[in-house]
Amino acid sequence: MLKVENLSVRYGMIEAIRNISFEVNDGEIVTLIGANGAGKTTTLQTISGLLKPASGAVYLDGQDITKIPPHKIVTMGLAQVPEGRRVFAQMSVLENLELGAYYRKDRNAIEADLKNVFELFPRLEERKNQLAGTLSGGEQQMLAMGRALMAKPKIMLMDEPSMGLSPLLVREIFRIIESINQQGTTVLLVEQNAKMALGIADRAYVLETGKITLEGTGAELAASEQVRKAYLGG
Amino acid sequence: MAFLSYLISGLGLGSVYAIIALGYSMVYGIAKMLNFAHGDIIMAGAFASFFAMTAAGMPLIAAAAIAMVLCTLLGVTIERLAYKPLRNASSLSVLITAIGVSYFLQNAAQLMFGSDTKIYPTVLNGSFSLFGGQLSVSYLSIVTILTCVVIMGALTLFINKTKTGKAMRACSEDKGAAVLMGINVNRIISITFAIGSGLAAVAAVLLCAAYPSVYPTLGSMPGIRAFTAAVFGGIGSIPGAFLGGLMLGVIETFAKAYISTQLSDAIVFAVLIIVLLIRPTGLLGKKVSVKV
Repeated sequence: MLKVENLSVRYGMIEAIRNISFEVNDGEIVTLIGANGAGKTTTLQTISGLLKPASGAVYLDGQDITKIPPHKIVTMGLAQVPEGRRVFAQMSVLENLELGAYYRKDRNAIEADLKNVFELFPRLEERKNQLAGTLSGGEQQMLAMGRALMAKPKIMLMDEPSMGLSPLLVREIFRIIESINQQGTTVLLVEQNAKMALGIADRAYVLETGKITLEGTGAELAASEQVRKAYLGG
Repeated sequence: MAFLSYLISGLGLGSVYAIIALGYSMVYGIAKMLNFAHGDIIMAGAFASFFAMTAAGMPLIAAAAIAMVLCTLLGVTIERLAYKPLRNASSLSVLITAIGVSYFLQNAAQLMFGSDTKIYPTVLNGSFSLFGGQLSVSYLSIVTILTCVVIMGALTLFINKTKTGKAMRACSEDKGAAVLMGINVNRIISITFAIGSGLAAVAAVLLCAAYPSVYPTLGSMPGIRAFTAAVFGGIGSIPGAFLGGLMLGVIETFAKAYISTQLSDAIVFAVLIIVLLIRPTGLLGKKVSVKV
C-alpha cells in the first residue's frame, strides 16, 4: 500500500529525518513511535506532500507520489488526520465533514459515508450544527478523524490522536481506530503513547532522532527491553 | 429633511466603499495579504468602461460587463505574476510588491492614456422627490445602494452555501488543513482575486457615475478609504466590510455637511482610531479563540 524509501528531509541545515525506509501493507495498522522531536510528524507531512524531501521517495500502491502536490495525493486515497486536529473552528461540524469529501463527486456514496461517520461518532451527529471550535478536545479529535474518513481513504495517516486527551477518551479513540481498520482502511499511526499504539498495531517502527532504530510486530516491540525502558516507563 | 438627504448620499458613497472593501477583505482573509494595488484595479475598470462607452459607443451595462471581465483578468494575472511567486516570502516583501504593482499600474495607465483628466459620460442622472418635494433623492444613490446590497447578499450566499465558498472559508482559517482536504489553495486564491477584481470594476462604474473624472491615480483615495473601511469593519470579515464601508461613507458625508469639508478625512480617521482602540479587530472582526 505505502512504501517509504530512503527518505531524508531537511529544515535548512538541520536534517529532521535521515534515510528512513518502511512500509505499510494493505489492511495493517502500523505505528511509528518515538519521543518528541524524533521526526514523526515530519515523516507524515512528507508522505502527504506538505513537505518535500531532500532525497528518497514515497510510493502509494506502487506509484511514486513524491512530486505530486498534496491536494492531489488526497484524491489518490491517502488522508491525514493532522497533529493538533486542526478542525475548521469557525465552521460547523457538518461543514467540516463535507470538506473532508471536497474532491468527491459521488453524492450518494458521500451521504452513506456521512451516516457511517455518525455511527462511529454519535457525538458528532448530536453536534453537527455546532461550530467546530466549540467542541471539546476529544470531540475535535473525533471530528478530525471523521473528516479524514469522508475522503474515503485507502490509507489514513494519524498524527498523535491521543494528544491532550484523558485516559478514558484515549481508549475510546483507539477503539475507534481499530474499528476503522476493520472496515477496511489501512492505518499509519504516529504516537507518543507507545503503550496504546503497540497494543493495536500489527507492526511498529521506532524512530529516534530521525532514524529508524527498531522494527517488529506490535507485540515484539512491546516486549523488547529497549522499548520498555525508553517508552513504556520500565 | 437635510439629515435624511445626507444620510442617503452617505449610504450611496458608503456602498461604493463597501464594494471595494469586500475585495480588500476577501483577499486579506484568504491570501493574508494587503493588496494595495486593489485601488488601481478600480482605475483600470474606470478606463475600460470609459473607452467602451466613448470609443466603442457601448451602452452602460455592456461597458460595465467589459470592465468586469478585464478587471477580473487583470486581477488574476497580477496575482499569478507578482504575488504567487512570493507565497512563502515574508509579508513585508508581499506588501512592498503590492505597492510596486500599484505604481506600475498607475504609470502604465499614464503612459497609455495620458495624465489628463477625462470626463466620464453621464450615465445616470435625475432624481425623484419625496415628502412633497422636501426630499430629493438621486437615482444614482438608489442604484448604488441596491447594487451593494445585492452583491453583499450574493456573496454571503456564495461563501456559506457553495462548495467553493466553503473551501474559501477553510483556506482563510487554515491553509495547511485545507490542502489535506484536497483543496487546491492556489486555485482558491485565484478565484478570490477574480471576485475582488470583478467587484472593483462595478465600484469603478458607480464611482465614476458619481464623480465623472477619469485619471491614472483615481483609484488611490477610494482604495485607501475602502481599506480603512475594511479595517474598521474587521478585515477578513465580509459583513464587516459591508458595515465598515457604509459607516465610513455616512461619517464622511456627515462630517462634510455638519463640521468641515477640509476636516472630513481627519474625522473619518479619528473615528477609525477610536474604534480600533476599543475593538482592535474592528467592529465585526473575528475573536481569536480556538479551543485545544
